[in-house]
Amino acid sequence: MSAETLEKAIEKKPAEALLSKRRKKLVTDPLVDENPITIQVLGICSALAVTTQMKPTLVMAISVIFVVAMSNFVISVMRNTIPSRVRIIVQLAVVATLVTLVSEVLKAFAYDMYKELSVFVGLIITNCIVMGRLEAFALGNKPYDSVLDGLGSALGYSWIILAVAFFRELWGSGSVFGIPVFDTISGIFGPDFKLATNGLMVSPVGAFIILGLIIWVQRTKTGYVEH
Amino acid sequence: MELFSLGIRSIFIDNMVFAYFLGMCSFLAVSKKVSTAIGLGAAVIFVLTVTVPVNWLLNEYVLKEGALSWAMADLASVDLSFLRFIMFIAIIAAMVQLVEMVVEKFAPALYGALGIFLPLIAVNCAILGGSLFMAQRDYTLAEASVYGFGSGTGFCLAIVALAAIREKLKYSNVPNGLKGLGITMLLTGLMGIAFMSFMGIDL
Repeated sequence: MSAETLEKAIEKKPAEALLSKRRKKLVTDPLVDENPITIQVLGICSALAVTTQMKPTLVMAISVIFVVAMSNFVISVMRNTIPSRVRIIVQLAVVATLVTLVSEVLKAFAYDMYKELSVFVGLIITNCIVMGRLEAFALGNKPYDSVLDGLGSALGYSWIILAVAFFRELWGSGSVFGIPVFDTISGIFGPDFKLATNGLMVSPVGAFIILGLIIWVQRTKTGYVEH
Repeated sequence: MELFSLGIRSIFIDNMVFAYFLGMCSFLAVSKKVSTAIGLGAAVIFVLTVTVPVNWLLNEYVLKEGALSWAMADLASVDLSFLRFIMFIAIIAAMVQLVEMVVEKFAPALYGALGIFLPLIAVNCAILGGSLFMAQRDYTLAEASVYGFGSGTGFCLAIVALAAIREKLKYSNVPNGLKGLGITMLLTGLMGIAFMSFMGIDL
């Protein structure tokens, strides 16, 4: 190799801005246009079960954000040393370790929440979003980009499950974040006026129907049609 | 009799899909044709029936608090239950691999039919969920086996039923935004209502 080409190879590209346009897209795309739940159909599995109330849903969302971002980071750092034949088991081991961490932290600092979420914290391991992002992004991209990508997907997932939880708690239990809304409204109009709650919203069926409707609204807005 | 009612309960009342939202990913992705749905359902029944009892043994003799006392008296105070997630998922991945090899060797036709679904089962929430529920509810070995088989059957029933509906749905005029996932979620909700009628049965 001549000295000239060598110099060219060494020549550094100017560093990309910490939040360049491309990187911003990594975070914002999964929020609406590439939403993991409504467009890509990933990660519906475990988390719907906790959406009867806003509070456990928020804890679940934070756990998922942590696990997705961190596992994307770890796998991306190791991406050149993982043999592709055993990559699934390596990914599962990393994810399971992170989820164990989350579960132990919850057990130590928020035991009531830990009891309420029960097996569904453990089921973050098999949440398709985690594996999907690892396979599709972290295995082929740099650590910082992977973290941003993970954050974007997890946030896109979080706002959907929080929206589902909002409607289920409002209509099912008549409250938002544990603050009674229906009782307060009824109180304003006197003792004869009473807003009824709908038991169907508390049952799993409510989650399916609310999510179906959210998907409908969201897809009509973005104009996405599945064939 | 107790075991029988546990089996019925895990198929209909505590259905994996309709009561706990487990295995939704593959439930939605693989329910376009009845034949593939049957294949996946059969694979899930098989893997659940194998992994739940195996994980029960692991939990009972290694992971539970004081479970290691059979090996050495000093180990009676050891509690390894924090390793539950990682051990369960490792067992599931290994069992799926094993099942895949056995099926490939002895039933090549079935192996061809199951195709990509078999390895993907390792990351199906229903499989890990089955094991975690088993550990949480303190089942005995017999109960764990029945529960594994029952919840697998429940999943199979749900996915085959949904696939049958979706095959018919192809001929109906669904609004654009609802096509695919949206209408499937609403359908699942309606099927869930039908399954709720089993809740009144006291077994």
